Amino acid sequence: MAGTPKAKERTPGAALSRAAVLPEIALSLVVVFGFTTLVLILAGAPPLASYGQIIKGSLGSWSKITHVIKVWIPLTLAASGLLYTFRIGLWNIGVEGQVMMGAILATAVLRMGAGAGNGQLYLSAALLAGMAGGAVWAILAGYLKTRGGVHEIFAGLGLNFVAQGLVLWLIFGPWKQPGIASMSGTETLAESLWMPYLQGLRISPAALGMTLTAIVLTAYMLGSTRFGLYLKAIGSNERAAFLFGLRPQAVMILAMVCAGGFAGLAGGFQVTGVYHRLIPAISSGYGYLALLVVMLANFNVWVTPLVAFFFACLNVGGIQLPMVLQLDSSLSGVIQGTLVIATLAVHALRTRMKKRGTA
Amino acid sequence: MAIELRDIHKHFGRVRANDGIDLRVRPGTIHGILGENGAGKSTLMKVLAGFIPKTGGTILMDGREVDYADPAGASALGIGMLYQDPLDFPTLSVLENFMAGRAAGLGLKADAYREGLRKICAGLGFSLNPDSPAGRLTVGERQQLELARLLAAGTRVLILDEPTTGISALQKETLFSALRTLAADGRSVILVSHKIEDIEALCDEITVLREGRVAGSMGRPFDTRALLGMMFGAEPTVTMRSGHVPGAQVLHLDDVTAPGGRTGLAGCTVSVSRGEVIGLAGLEGSGQDVFLRVASGLIRPSRGRVHISRRDMTGRGYHEFRSLGVAFQPASRLEEGLVRGLTITEHCALQEPGGPFLVRWDSAEREARERIAKFQVVGTPDSPVESLSGGNQQRLLLSFLPGEPELLLLENPTRGLDMESVHWVWEHLDAYASQGTAIVFSSSELDEILMAADRVLVFFDGRIIKDERPEDTDAMDLGRAIAGKV
Repeated sequence: MAGTPKAKERTPGAALSRAAVLPEIALSLVVVFGFTTLVLILAGAPPLASYGQIIKGSLGSWSKITHVIKVWIPLTLAASGLLYTFRIGLWNIGVEGQVMMGAILATAVLRMGAGAGNGQLYLSAALLAGMAGGAVWAILAGYLKTRGGVHEIFAGLGLNFVAQGLVLWLIFGPWKQPGIASMSGTETLAESLWMPYLQGLRISPAALGMTLTAIVLTAYMLGSTRFGLYLKAIGSNERAAFLFGLRPQAVMILAMVCAGGFAGLAGGFQVTGVYHRLIPAISSGYGYLALLVVMLANFNVWVTPLVAFFFACLNVGGIQLPMVLQLDSSLSGVIQGTLVIATLAVHALRTRMKKRGTA
Repeated sequence: MAIELRDIHKHFGRVRANDGIDLRVRPGTIHGILGENGAGKSTLMKVLAGFIPKTGGTILMDGREVDYADPAGASALGIGMLYQDPLDFPTLSVLENFMAGRAAGLGLKADAYREGLRKICAGLGFSLNPDSPAGRLTVGERQQLELARLLAAGTRVLILDEPTTGISALQKETLFSALRTLAADGRSVILVSHKIEDIEALCDEITVLREGRVAGSMGRPFDTRALLGMMFGAEPTVTMRSGHVPGAQVLHLDDVTAPGGRTGLAGCTVSVSRGEVIGLAGLEGSGQDVFLRVASGLIRPSRGRVHISRRDMTGRGYHEFRSLGVAFQPASRLEEGLVRGLTITEHCALQEPGGPFLVRWDSAEREARERIAKFQVVGTPDSPVESLSGGNQQRLLLSFLPGEPELLLLENPTRGLDMESVHWVWEHLDAYASQGTAIVFSSSELDEILMAADRVLVFFDGRIIKDERPEDTDAMDLGRAIAGKV
């Protein structure tokens, strides 16, 4: 293993040493908070108090922190899956729809289990079905790309709309609550079909454990297995990889399966561990957010969960803003968006300066 | 408009593409620029057209020094270039293309432009439908469109880069007569080509470039032999290979026609036997690239059959060819050959055939060390391949060739290497040949082909127009065939 681990975590075009990353992050943060502060001042809100609210609203108490973790779980799972597709150079924007399909299939299984005695069995089956649902949705996008020549961004985006349509149709059609169809979602599942959670904290240790496992598994898959090496080779030079005897299209499909599987599991947890029913906004935009998380983490496996945690804090902390400061909670969205744009801009700036330095 | 170039230099790093070129084009004449691949023709013209900045030297128009930094500056001075691949917008109509970059203001006044286009076309004998999309035109028609656009923009110095590649004989006639008309109007026309016949037929004066310098120039009447001598230099001293005794057939192409590259491949029938070394000569992109890709299963022929070791492999894919012992290596090392961003060790791990689920990094690293030592690569197992020099990348690529292949297909295996590396590569390849591997390689160096090959195939416009043993031919003879004269 000697000599290789450091090379393994490098993504194409982003070969940065650790020392070079820190000033970059610092610069991004300065840009982000400069811009956000400007927005706040323009909106007539006190910037410091707003930031204070976000921190207090996300990390101020144990129950707030558990709420953050509840957001962190699907975000990290979806982001872990995206690491596979980014590594092979695919923009799996369909991750959002994959989360929804996971939720749909998990709900379907649980509905079959309603009234049956064996909750644990149905729960496990529901999570597996969720993974399968996400994977199938990802395979569709993958085949559209490899066979049909449809760019994965468009394929994924299209499938996202289809998945969202399916969710709404199920909620207002076949799975509607007895008597009334409602935006509040399907009927709440029996408690025997909920993921077991810690009394008082309301987080499922099983979901948390599986998410941590997902991170470690992803690091292992990308770093130590032949599959991970193939992903990297194809992502860096598909043509050369093909000439070396690899089958890039098949590996792309496999990468999509991994991404879809993780996203589907996230959707499964949303149903079994958080909402206990299917709601219209079951994916809560975590798929799209995960794309930003992975980019901000510079495609690094170990940085990804940290960034996901930060984003989860912003999300949860932002909820407080309208109540306390009469600000719209979308402020956290502004921060997240500028954060990613600033990171990409600072990164581009650095590469450009480096290029000029060598020229 | 008289054009004079004085001591033009263009350096790309250590490479001197143009190394002190002087050129004088008299007004109202057609001036031909002749030379091999890499002689510096295209570079010189791109400098003149403002497409790339020159490293040194001066450009004079009608005796006055001019300076510009981009194509817009050049076209403001009346210099326009027709590129080898015409620069048009395929989804726009002919008329819209004609108007592009010129229509000012809010109203488009399409009718005025339509009339302008009609006049130019009528004057030059072009037949273009203003409303058909440019993407549906043939190369020749796209050229006509581009020419009309350049003229309407007030071009007085017209540069054409290999304009006769890929157009029909009739279109060539139309083009030539149009160029004569334009020259008669007092415009200066500069024609860049490697096709000696075309240049001789059209030009009033010819300048030959070789290795970035002017090798000589000549007015009418032209002496073809002397021109070829300027193009290819003195005849090389040749050391022939020992005669090869034909063995079993390894590769057989039967009347193969295939798409791809600039010219595709047309009606090609060739057999290659065990242990044979075949050199593919010809101007770059004359069909050698397609030939190698058809023989390796990367391009499927549209007609004809491909046999590997007497098995019909027509329509099979690259991986199946590979499993029969066919190995292909592309010319562009970093684009197709190696994976940028991966280290030498990672490359070794990549190739462990059907390897286990887990990468065995220690054995891959051992493998990398062995190859580095055996192939004298300057680098370490941890070196990313893009950090290696061109010669070392080539050595590394060669180290990845399988141990006992049936057929090696190598695209420009020694391009850009210094003499020592070239020698080393051939020592290595000769060892393959003597163990019975058939080798087919392309090269732009005639010396190399004459030295290394048992047989030479010369490609011209997608066809093999010469199939000869080196002892029956010489550089002059091959040079003539490369320029299309058999």
